[in-house]
Amino acid sequence: MGTVDAATTAATAATAATIALVSDLRAALSHDRVRAEPLELELYAHDASIVEGGSTPVVCFPLTTAEVQSCVRLARAHGRPFTARGAGTGLAGGAVPLGDPVVVVTTKMNRILDVDSDERVAWVEPGVVNLDLSRSLAPLGLHFAPDPSSQQACSIGGNVANNSGGPHCLAYGVTSAHVLAVEVVLPDASVVTLGGLDPEPCGYDLRGVFVGSEGTLGIATRIAVRLTPDPPALRTLLLDFSSMEDAASCVSAIIGAGLVPAALEMMAGDMIDAVEAFVHAGYPVDAAAVLLCEVDGLPAFVDGAVELVRTIAGEHRARTVRVAADEAERQLLWKGRKSAFGAVARIAPDYYLHDTVVPRTRLVEVLKRVDEIAAARGLRVLNVFHAGDGNLHPLLSFDAREPGVLEQVHAAGDEIVMASLDAGGVLSGEHGIGIEKRELMSRMFSADDLDAQARLRDAFDPDGVANPGKVLPAGSRCGELPRIPEGLWV
Amino acid sequence: MTPRTLHAATDALAELAAEVGGVDAGAVVAIGGCTQFDVGGDVDASAREVRAPTGIVEHVPAEMTVRVRAGTTVSDLDAALDAHGQCVALPANDGATVGGVLAVGHSGIRRLGWGPVRDTVLEVRYVSAEGALVKGGGPTVKNVSGYDLPRLMVGSLGTLGIIGEVVLRTRPVPACERWFAGETDPFELVHRLYRPAAVLWDGTTTWLLLDGHPADVDAQATVAGLAEAEAGPSAAAALAHRWSMKPSELASLPSDGNGAFLAQVGVGVVHRSVPQSRPPVDPAVAELHTRLKQAFDPTGRLAPGRTVLP
Repeated sequence: MGTVDAATTAATAATAATIALVSDLRAALSHDRVRAEPLELELYAHDASIVEGGSTPVVCFPLTTAEVQSCVRLARAHGRPFTARGAGTGLAGGAVPLGDPVVVVTTKMNRILDVDSDERVAWVEPGVVNLDLSRSLAPLGLHFAPDPSSQQACSIGGNVANNSGGPHCLAYGVTSAHVLAVEVVLPDASVVTLGGLDPEPCGYDLRGVFVGSEGTLGIATRIAVRLTPDPPALRTLLLDFSSMEDAASCVSAIIGAGLVPAALEMMAGDMIDAVEAFVHAGYPVDAAAVLLCEVDGLPAFVDGAVELVRTIAGEHRARTVRVAADEAERQLLWKGRKSAFGAVARIAPDYYLHDTVVPRTRLVEVLKRVDEIAAARGLRVLNVFHAGDGNLHPLLSFDAREPGVLEQVHAAGDEIVMASLDAGGVLSGEHGIGIEKRELMSRMFSADDLDAQARLRDAFDPDGVANPGKVLPAGSRCGELPRIPEGLWV
Repeated sequence: MTPRTLHAATDALAELAAEVGGVDAGAVVAIGGCTQFDVGGDVDASAREVRAPTGIVEHVPAEMTVRVRAGTTVSDLDAALDAHGQCVALPANDGATVGGVLAVGHSGIRRLGWGPVRDTVLEVRYVSAEGALVKGGGPTVKNVSGYDLPRLMVGSLGTLGIIGEVVLRTRPVPACERWFAGETDPFELVHRLYRPAAVLWDGTTTWLLLDGHPADVDAQATVAGLAEAEAGPSAAAALAHRWSMKPSELASLPSDGNGAFLAQVGVGVVHRSVPQSRPPVDPAVAELHTRLKQAFDPTGRLAPGRTVLP
């Protein structure tokens, strides 16, 4: 048989295998919720990151836990891995399908199943949109605290997978602090509930291990989230500075004074102009940096905190301190912050948003280093980030049509990560590792550290079929040959 | 951290690793302050006792984090942090060590206001069953780099690794803290107030702990309508067993026939004189525990005899 014939035979066999897989999945779900048209497959090969896309033969939209089980069972029966996906807003490639997996999209599992306002717990399906949950809770005086910038689109399931943060995680903690229990379809297609509604469930904290595991331990199908009471008092301040150093040292001083604001966000230089032109929130466009500071709690604490922030701002040469007079003004100030990434589109056609964390006392030096890195590679950097917890989001804007620019962007990204690690920081504050930072894991963790993480993963997924190729670099398990699923690029 | 203190920290952990030894070095069990050493049952007498090093490695007040060796007592740590107006959200039972409190994972009576102890840990360095030093998590207040080994270690009773050093989140010491007591409905009270530090109930008396700005404490006390008390209840010490219940189930405690109790309302931890009978563990969850133990301690040398599941 000639080479061409062999290739044709192999392609025919692959096509037949895919047809059989799609057919079995359609029998288990429904025809319209199992998609295999090329255009759709291409859409689901990417997430919101600039990570190179993967590939998948089929995308499923289950409605129930049992259907998720069917997806996992059939993927495995057909010798394929599976990759769960929420709204696809991830920025680290966590939902990019590697190894031609069955993609399991949870967006149609979008019911809020039960809200218990006495117990302050809600059971939700993974496809519920973050902001929809808090909006539906508003009449009860409760909310779901994690508020990623993508909260209008991102799903609670995705928040669980990435242990998502947001501006208000400074005082309230990231997603893990707000998830009490998770129903999970494990890689062997069995269903377990990890954690519980009681305060000290028996055994290891498997709930805590699952949150932030980026879909590599199983698929969340129901989530019990803790609901946070709305604060009785709330004040939002905009501080404006003529140097970024003053703004950053003001952040350190606020925290150092023992005040943990509900949120403490920084926006610098060109980003202020971009946002102001986009939203008209009244941001001072001649400022080098602005801080958006929110304090909440009981009234006397909030009043005291506002005065303390005013005093500290004065000591750090803030030009003005604007306190939002009413809810409308507060919403406008926040709209500026939350629209930042939309505003960037006015500056350059493409951007690469980074995510690292540094000790908050070292913000100034790392921000300077980021500027140097970008300048050396001829890139423009914009800064809007969670200053209060040291979570940097340098945004490199570029035009992808320029030859070679993507290489410069990726190289600058790696240098920014290294600069953050050198300052005592970490790889990611809220976007996760995914594919984007997989190969950088060994810069933060030793071989023994990575081996322990690989053992944890293997305990849940001994065959490596849950979202393969993510988080851990190949060969993380000491003394074992790396297991690379067929068709996976590494 | 200066290079000198970093070096010293590394040395102290290396000594712990050497003491734990490799898989051929026999069974070992970590000893802290032994304030909760019976949790999880008796450890085989053959197990050699090892103790984590002590001392604060680094505290930068403006970071609101502290790197501390696991053998340090919580009260020593709090005393050092107090000089900077900070503390950690860990229960400071007399002699309890940071490592011991985390290995057991039980929160104190302020959990309603402080949250669970697991949310206090940012980074953990432990000695593995192979005698290797392993780091999980990271030193910053926010971090999603890799799997959450710190949370796996909290509550693992020393069965997966021996905690040597941790980075903890600190909190501001509240400006004011006052106890109140009376015979009000604790379930209604916990919802009427905004984030009280603790609401405790023994079926008759309700105790309330308020903290924060003095004017807020005054205002919340007025809302609560309880009389000021010298201190909280002392009954917990006499009630040796710890129950974990859904907060909404606590109302049934007075009539459940199991005698005296002190309940943390809004939380679900109950102190009692008899042990809780818990429903059987899902076999699939038990299987995950077995696989994790096998993966982290294949020869079963860490705290043999101790069980994390009933």
